[in-house]
Amino acid sequence: MDEVEFKRIVWRSRRGLLELDLQLERFVSDVLPTLSESELAVYEQVLMLPDWDFLEYVNGKSVCPDTQLAVMIARISAAQQ
Amino acid sequence: MSQESTKRAIPVRKFDALIVGAGGAGLRAALQLSEAGVKTAVLSKVFPTRSHTVAAQGGVSASLGNSEPDHWTWHMYDTVKGSDWLGDQDAIEFMCREAPKVVIELEHFGMPFDRNADGTIYQRPFGGHMSNFGEKPVRRACAAADRTGHAMLHALYQRNVRANTQFFVEWMALDMIRDENGVVQGVVAMEMETSEIVIFQAKATLFATGGAGRIYSSSTNAFINTGDGLGMAARAGVPLEDMEFWQFHPTGVAGAGVLITEGVRGEGGILRNSNGERFMERYAPNAKDLASRDVVSRAMVTEINEGRGCGPNKDHVLLDITHLDPEVIMSKLPGIREISIKFAGVDPIKAPIPVVPTCHYQMGGIPTNYKGEVVMGDETVKGFYAAGECACASVHGANRLGTNSLLDLLVFGKSSGNSMIEFIKNSHESFPEVALKDVERSVARVARLDNQTTGSNVNEARLAMQRTMQAHAGVFRFKDMLAEGVAKILEVEKMVQNTVITDKSKTFNTARLEALELENLIEVAKATMISANARTESRGAHVRDDAIDSPEQPNGRDDKNWLKHSLWFSSDNRLEYKPVNLTPLTVDSVALKTRSY
Repeated sequence: MDEVEFKRIVWRSRRGLLELDLQLERFVSDVLPTLSESELAVYEQVLMLPDWDFLEYVNGKSVCPDTQLAVMIARISAAQQ
Repeated sequence: MSQESTKRAIPVRKFDALIVGAGGAGLRAALQLSEAGVKTAVLSKVFPTRSHTVAAQGGVSASLGNSEPDHWTWHMYDTVKGSDWLGDQDAIEFMCREAPKVVIELEHFGMPFDRNADGTIYQRPFGGHMSNFGEKPVRRACAAADRTGHAMLHALYQRNVRANTQFFVEWMALDMIRDENGVVQGVVAMEMETSEIVIFQAKATLFATGGAGRIYSSSTNAFINTGDGLGMAARAGVPLEDMEFWQFHPTGVAGAGVLITEGVRGEGGILRNSNGERFMERYAPNAKDLASRDVVSRAMVTEINEGRGCGPNKDHVLLDITHLDPEVIMSKLPGIREISIKFAGVDPIKAPIPVVPTCHYQMGGIPTNYKGEVVMGDETVKGFYAAGECACASVHGANRLGTNSLLDLLVFGKSSGNSMIEFIKNSHESFPEVALKDVERSVARVARLDNQTTGSNVNEARLAMQRTMQAHAGVFRFKDMLAEGVAKILEVEKMVQNTVITDKSKTFNTARLEALELENLIEVAKATMISANARTESRGAHVRDDAIDSPEQPNGRDDKNWLKHSLWFSSDNRLEYKPVNLTPLTVDSVALKTRSY
């Protein structure tokens, strides 16, 4: 993935809900740079989720039906612990 | 850059209507314009459905009377009272009368409101909503489960796509353009992906950029809420109105802003200071930790101010539930343990949660009338409109009634759109030459960041601003702290003007965007501090220790001297005042009286 795409993903990690902004902060700074190209593509799909669904998944209130996305969301949750 | 080379270097895109911000107000206005066939562009930093409107959960109020009798005049009364009589009664009448219409319209746009068995919109009770002029609670709030803002954004966005509104997503507006007569010609904006600077010229320009809650260290606002429209307006000579009024919630997680529900104190949670003392016993011997929001907030801030705050900066207090049965915490307060662990790094079963009063909503903003036209003195600013949290119509006055924020977006988004349609219809077909003074200032701001090699760190400058605002102009204010706060925030401003970024790249340069956002936030911070320092009364959300409760000035409110709107000007930090409009459009004035619930 080129640098432009990577930086676009960083910007898109800014959300409409504070709780998501906060939970993505550490993931974006610590984990995002270590992701492979295919993992980044999955994260891009996670970013397409509506904010409230995304938050529910991150908070473990429900599980994202897409397994691939669910795995990435678990990594986001773990980064915050 | 000379004027000629500026003109050559910067592309110009022309639209009849330009809207900055794609939250509820921007989308509602855009829809009005596009459906009327007006060529409309909307600029947004983020994808529209990820605007902060998405966070609104409570609902939108309208006196539909679906469950029990209700009337817009009762809604109006509640709003005027909520505003502590600082709201303009013409605008409040307009909003409350229009409410049923805009809610039904939204229903027709596809908004999935909760419904009654008979198919009408379900309405629930909400704090401050009363029938018969304050007599008893009434069901007035319409909601789509707990995702009202989210559903509203989706309904409006989809409708806009159908109406061919042109969206420019991931663009940041930098400055507004006014000609030598003050007429607004559009904005200078930057495309994030390429850093290209483009002039968006328009016959009518609407700011719907939302609030600026990020001026405080503890805020429920998302990171995007940086008051860009307010900063742009202030730099272009437009005053900001009533910026001393901010709504706070007593208990947010210190340093994060995520709210801890008041139910925690209901279940037996206790507030403690750095000595471990249950300090609410001193402030409210009977109600203690269950005292009303303002009493609790005031006590917390007094403890912090008197040096009994906790943590290395002594800037918060502790909410203790360690004495509760872990079973109770798990069953009755779900989510609280998780919030605390995630955002405070504390397991509340074992240790208390650091909390602080947290900023939630901005009542002030760009001064407008109820038509969404921006007003300066006795005149409107030609071609300039504002709606939503960035605007001050003023319907919220000194404090906002719950669920009136979503209503504000719908009513004033629509009325601005209508005013713009009229204005565009009556303006010249051709576009005038773009005035370059503001364009050059904008280009110079970006060039400074690109060229500066030493200076202050953006993050440090932002933290300095946020700490200053939180300590000196928080939920409860002290005379000396405010005066000191004015001096401090002007020092912080120097840091903001001298920021340096190390990333000079051209693509999605978030460092540069954050530096530019900070230049907007600091305008709001100055406006807030200076207006709050000057207003020597308590009214609504602006509460001072030196405004004494007396029979002449109940709750410290001083109608004789302060029944007026503040107007702050950035150029010289000057304050002017204008009277509150106590005359509604068609009904009798809601007469002044003491606000008590």
